[in-house]
Amino acid sequence: MKLDRRKFLNTLLGLGGVGGIFSVFYPILSFLIPPKTAEPTVNSVKAGMSKDFPSNSSNIIKFGKKPVILIKTDEGNFKAFSATCTHLDCIVQYKNDTKQIWCACHNGTYDLSGRNVSGPPPRPLEEYEVKIIKDEIVITKVS
Amino acid sequence: MFNKVNSKIITWIDERFDLSPIRKLLKYKKVPDHKHSIWYYMGGVTLFLFLVQLLTGILLLLYYRPGEDSAYESVRFIVTKVKFGWLIRNVHSWSANLLVFFAFVHMFSVFFTRAYKKPREMTWISGFVLLVLTLGFGFSGYLLPWNELAFFATKVGTDIVGVLPIIGEDLKIILRGGEDVTGATLSRFFGIHVAILPAIFTVFLFFHLLFIQRQGMHEPEHFKKLPDDKKKYIPFFPDFALKDALFWLIVFNILIFLALFDPWELGLKADPFAPAPIGIKPEWYFMFMFQTLKYLPAHIFIFEGELIGILFFGICGIIWLLIPFIKMKKQNLLDKIMPIAGIIVVAYIIIMTIVGYLSS
Repeated sequence: MKLDRRKFLNTLLGLGGVGGIFSVFYPILSFLIPPKTAEPTVNSVKAGMSKDFPSNSSNIIKFGKKPVILIKTDEGNFKAFSATCTHLDCIVQYKNDTKQIWCACHNGTYDLSGRNVSGPPPRPLEEYEVKIIKDEIVITKVS
Repeated sequence: MFNKVNSKIITWIDERFDLSPIRKLLKYKKVPDHKHSIWYYMGGVTLFLFLVQLLTGILLLLYYRPGEDSAYESVRFIVTKVKFGWLIRNVHSWSANLLVFFAFVHMFSVFFTRAYKKPREMTWISGFVLLVLTLGFGFSGYLLPWNELAFFATKVGTDIVGVLPIIGEDLKIILRGGEDVTGATLSRFFGIHVAILPAIFTVFLFFHLLFIQRQGMHEPEHFKKLPDDKKKYIPFFPDFALKDALFWLIVFNILIFLALFDPWELGLKADPFAPAPIGIKPEWYFMFMFQTLKYLPAHIFIFEGELIGILFFGICGIIWLLIPFIKMKKQNLLDKIMPIAGIIVVAYIIIMTIVGYLSS
């Protein structure tokens, strides 16, 4: 195949141009993506004394950087779930009148097993294990 | 004395930059005068409110400090300690809402008077982009006071982006500056609100105004069909410009009235470990989408409900953008369908917004 000089130079210039654009935009795009910061892995947290936690109430606990909702039922059992709604990331709350977990953003509800029972949430809430060790509440991630 | 100095200055500039195009524009530009002329003023007032935003935004910048530990405190400082800080912030917040309102009115008036048709396709497209950028201004600015409502609105809004197939998750992380809405998100939104969006907005606004100046005001069909001697025009300067100024003044008065008598609340500081407050709702212009998402079931066939919702609004937006290019073999039929489609869209937005407010 015969390639004249003009065509060759134009192709070279074109490739150089594409490379030039790429070399400008690649660093910009990479800069926009935040670097992953090393976070200490949290597997369990202490959430206070069991006797101080009233029945039929809840609390949002910091589990590392994630919110976890801890609920003490009428029967005195503890339940813990991820407090992040599976619909659009809002933080849920416990409704002590209906005994359900509720998200105020889009009116999604979950039962006390974390199952999504009404509204738009597509998945159940992630459950955490709750142990009482010497009357102290310990929430553990279920592996 | 003043006139003499004035004319000397103008002559000095004229000798160097040739002001004849501006002189010609002021002397010969005419605006059609008919029963729908009122809609010509909607674009101008939107521009006026944008200028108000620009001025008050620059003023707020002098005291606002972005950051998880400083944003809320600095806005509280502005509204409680800075002289007239409350007024500047209220005007900025109210003007933002009026700006979105008039941008919508302007867009629908262009739609219903069919001013988007050839040769004004690019004016429509640049206008649509400006509206999307305006909504972007509203969304990014809403987070800046770092209060409870803003925090959850941003969580929901950015999570919606994450629903998009393939690029969604990466886009969400880029927008948030991480996995969650944190101080990093606030920094990014601040940058987007005060630098990125204004830069892009200015370019599109320049072209939008340029297209309007080049092509003149649109004449509706009924006006075009009139015999030449029945067509009435008013000079752009000073008649139309003065009417425009009067409308700006009326809107400015409404703006000040709202800023004085219905001040914008700051609310509680955002707490990433507090449940979403009862009655949480987005800005009114996102309400119809928010309400639609509420009604969607968790799953539609094999897809998650919100994905269907987002795709639905995305496709509707693209169709709306491409309206000037929609063609049919039977043009008359299309001309009949378009206004009905427009009425359905407006009715849907209004009804869903009202339902949203009533149900919250």
